[in-house]
Amino acid sequence: MAKRIEAVGVTAYYGSFKAIEDINLAVEPKTVTALIGPSGCGKSTFLRSINRMHEVLPGARVDGKLTIDDQDIYDPDVDVTAVRRTIGMVFQRPNPFPTMSIFDNVVAGLRLNGVKKKSILAEAAERALRSANLWDEVKDRLGKPGAGLSGGQQQRLCIARTIAVEPQVVLMDEPCSALDPISTLAIEDLMFKLKDRYTIIIVTHNMQQAARVSDRTAFFSIDRTGDPGRLIEYDATQKIFSNPGVKKTEDYITGRFG
Amino acid sequence: MGESPSRSADARTGGSGVTTSHARPAGAVASAGILTGTPLPTGPEFEPGPGMGGGGALPRRRTFGAERAFRGLSVAAGTMVLVIIIAIAIFLIAKAVPALRANQVNFFTAKEWFANEGRFGIAALAFGTVLTAVIALLVAVPVALGIALYLSHYAPRRIATTLGFLIDLLAAVPSVVFGLWGREVFIDPVNDFAAWLNRYFGWIPFFDSEGPYGRSIMLGSLVLAIMVLPIITSLSREVFAQTPKANEEAALALGATKWETIRTAVLPYGRPGVVAAVMLGLGRALGETIALAMTLGATFGISFNLIGSGGNSIAANIANGFGEASDLGRGALIASGLVLFAITLVVNMTARAIIYRRREFTEVAA
Ligand SMILES: Nc1ncnc2c1ncn2[C@@H]1O[C@H](COP(=O)(O)OP(=O)(O)O)[C@@H](O)[C@H]1O
Ligand SMILES: [Mg+2]
Repeated sequence: MAKRIEAVGVTAYYGSFKAIEDINLAVEPKTVTALIGPSGCGKSTFLRSINRMHEVLPGARVDGKLTIDDQDIYDPDVDVTAVRRTIGMVFQRPNPFPTMSIFDNVVAGLRLNGVKKKSILAEAAERALRSANLWDEVKDRLGKPGAGLSGGQQQRLCIARTIAVEPQVVLMDEPCSALDPISTLAIEDLMFKLKDRYTIIIVTHNMQQAARVSDRTAFFSIDRTGDPGRLIEYDATQKIFSNPGVKKTEDYITGRFG
Repeated sequence: MGESPSRSADARTGGSGVTTSHARPAGAVASAGILTGTPLPTGPEFEPGPGMGGGGALPRRRTFGAERAFRGLSVAAGTMVLVIIIAIAIFLIAKAVPALRANQVNFFTAKEWFANEGRFGIAALAFGTVLTAVIALLVAVPVALGIALYLSHYAPRRIATTLGFLIDLLAAVPSVVFGLWGREVFIDPVNDFAAWLNRYFGWIPFFDSEGPYGRSIMLGSLVLAIMVLPIITSLSREVFAQTPKANEEAALALGATKWETIRTAVLPYGRPGVVAAVMLGLGRALGETIALAMTLGATFGISFNLIGSGGNSIAANIANGFGEASDLGRGALIASGLVLFAITLVVNMTARAIIYRRREFTEVAA
């Protein structure tokens, strides 16, 4: 199921503005990797480069090499929709489709892939909702609007929608930043569970969260506003938080900067 | 390794600088100003309470203020609208009833209009009204939605602005100009098209006419289609453009192509707005008077033949007939106007019902 992601010399632009420069890192299957760093250092940009969501914005482009199990994600012959199905994404703000019921939201990705059979959809929906720890809360109201759930439930619904298409890798861009502490814990629990089956890369602003959920942590930073973001240090989470190799990392995680 | 949440690092990372400096506001959810059927506001329902707190005894309620003045004003305005509507209704009914009593044929089934002689029926006119409007929409809606999607999601900004401007310009053309143009210019290509349709598709009853073609249901409907196109296009473009980016990205991130994204996120989101736009267009098509008076054949038959010379509508008949109508004839025309009003009302209520049915899904989205 899970696959390995490797970035070699990844540089991403918004028009002529270089947002990140020369990012090199490898993410092993079935691990959780946290991306941390001050606002604007390019964590989201890097994350969106991995599933080619970056190029959706006008003028945005990516240089360098990104591979999934040694296959080039940016190969011109690769179907970009297949990349995004393989590498799912959960966004910062929960974004269920407002016009769809809970059920329709979960199976939206499957329907896009042409799955029509009721029984298959129902089965997949239940499996995804169970994996997202949401089934018990919504099983009696699958026909109700997804947007009527609480913020935390909506985010888990979005996670269910993402994993319903059985991706190999799940990217999460600050998935808890709009949620209350209880919902945040629920999603962190979920990440432990999902790690058995997926490669997870999560952007977070919350140090404790990074320390709690991740196996490895990548620290990004910028020198000055306007400069491109760079990868400062990438190591086992335990090492980063107890004995970082770079002074800048230490300053950041102890709150002396950023 | 792995699941143990307590780490030696926690004590250090829990420093206040870390936890507070990255707090983020949740941010307001992008508002989705779509056209839902908002009911007319009724009178204000709240009593102005005491103001913001403060020390000392509670102040006395003010006896006069902007609050009360405004309230009085809005009640007066609301009442006036109601009074005017009732007055119009009474006037119309008072004029129509004597004519209907004097009618020697069945008003609802007769297909003739000799109102001055007391023989008139609405059947052919109502049929023509609905038929021209429906055909106009069948032609205009797909084109309008296509243009709207192109403008909101495909066209480069410069082209979108220019094209959008041209379409808004089209909406500003007076209907009498459309009528003249249809009657003098557009009629020729439409006649050629009618002949072509008859040659190859004459086996379909709609196109089974050897001519003369001239002013026909098709000419009137096509002119009408061009007239309703701008309203439907610009309203639909607005609602499509308002689709939250987050939803489009959600679809893309699930592996949707551009068109699939539009089908998954944009069209469902814009649906109530599109229904409203189509209904506005239908309202305009049903009520359109002068352009149809100039482009329809003004005959009194019920036929699904679209290309042969003929066709009529309630509004066109009123415009054509009012000049030489006697008192009785005017009453008859007013009666036909009431029927038109009833048709429009039914259409509007249907639209409301369609929007209302999905309300649960559009309100929470807002
Ligand atoms: N859509 C965009 N257009 C132009 N610049 C952008 C866009 N999104 C982000 N940026 C810029 O790219 C840099 C990195 O942003 P981002 O990846 O969002 O940082 P982070 O997620 O680490 O806060 C910032 O300087 C930001 O201003
Ligand atoms: Mg970000």
